Amino acid sequence: MAAHPAAPEALREETTSPAPEPYLGPAERHPRQPPVPLALSPGAVELTGPVFGAADVSPLDADLTRQHPGEPIGERITVSGRVVDGRGRPVRGQLVEVWQANAAGRYTHRLDRHPAPLDPNFTGTGRCLTDDEGRYRFTTIRPGAYPVFPDANVWRPPHIHFSLFGTAFTQRLVTQMYFPGDPLLAHDGVWHAVTDPAARRRLVAAYDPGLNDAAASTLGYRWDIVLDGPAAVPSEEGRH
Amino acid sequence: MPSSHATPSQTIGPYYGTALPFPGGPDAAPAGHPDAITVHGRVLDGEGVPVADALLEFWQAAPDGSLTGSPGSLRRDGARFTGFARVPTGGDGHYALRTLPPPEEAPYLALCVFVRGLSYGLFTRVYFRAPESDALLAALPPERRATLLAAPDPGGHRSYRFDVRLRGAAETVFLDFTAA
Repeated sequence: MAAHPAAPEALREETTSPAPEPYLGPAERHPRQPPVPLALSPGAVELTGPVFGAADVSPLDADLTRQHPGEPIGERITVSGRVVDGRGRPVRGQLVEVWQANAAGRYTHRLDRHPAPLDPNFTGTGRCLTDDEGRYRFTTIRPGAYPVFPDANVWRPPHIHFSLFGTAFTQRLVTQMYFPGDPLLAHDGVWHAVTDPAARRRLVAAYDPGLNDAAASTLGYRWDIVLDGPAAVPSEEGRH
Repeated sequence: MPSSHATPSQTIGPYYGTALPFPGGPDAAPAGHPDAITVHGRVLDGEGVPVADALLEFWQAAPDGSLTGSPGSLRRDGARFTGFARVPTGGDGHYALRTLPPPEEAPYLALCVFVRGLSYGLFTRVYFRAPESDALLAALPPERRATLLAAPDPGGHRSYRFDVRLRGAAETVFLDFTAA
């Protein structure tokens, strides 16, 4: 593995403590059989995908700080970036969905029993469509860390869950975005479920003062997303 | 293999329920459409235990064969067929989709299943018959092929049963579009 000169901080974090066991989830949920390789021929349903539009999303859905009468508690942030395919082409007009804990590390979900306060002014869910250059943008609150199991000393680093659609159903992606410089990352089994360090670092956003939004009083984070899949590598490049 | 710079996938986790399901998500068929079918079943783990926190997403061709889709899935108008449905399982691992039958030329529903703990969505297909020309079905041994076939519900009206078995005996065939 070549050193990654752009991210010395992240490398140092990874080497100061033993890496955690990658989180793999319950074994009984893992298929035993390898997935069946399928070369998709023209006309295959999975080479296309659902489309979304103004009917699906309203502009306010992208501002998680304005879903209630009052201001949510926490550090206000902008999270923005570009969604592109494997060849760098923008994924236009596609749906991006996010969900996250509040500033105290609590989800509004009824199964979350972390005894941190709910915020009556923060639900933690948002949606938007990418623009013509593939850009998305959310205004939200920096999420807090939270313990995974009450009895174990295991904490998730602050993260935002992302759900993305590409131009093909094969590019469907659900993942998580992390924040730079976070000491909890080095201990997080979920982040380490991505075993390649370079790939793992692609889940970490960058602080970008250029994205600070004075009008919204936010700190800016940039996180670009690359959706893979057969549509990103057309058959004329010898994929079939 | 994924391209060298693709954004990695991560588990959907236990808390997507406040964000991803939407009203009308399972109702892809326009309201009262005479051709509507129901596809339902359970998501089961390797111990046969129902998976209560799975999310199923269906994408399919329109009855006229079109694969362009239509916007409006998240706020359905009751009339337009968008081709997309999103269905969470309930406490008993059961899901139910209402949709229109897929056309002859693309005779299946593409399905992606997300479950807490798995780092990737699992892709599969729901067929209602087994055309001899279908390359995927033809390449599978009969017992595995059967996992992709929805079964007409005995006594049901335009209703089909399709269980997703994540592991073990009669494990559903999952697909890898990147390795072929």
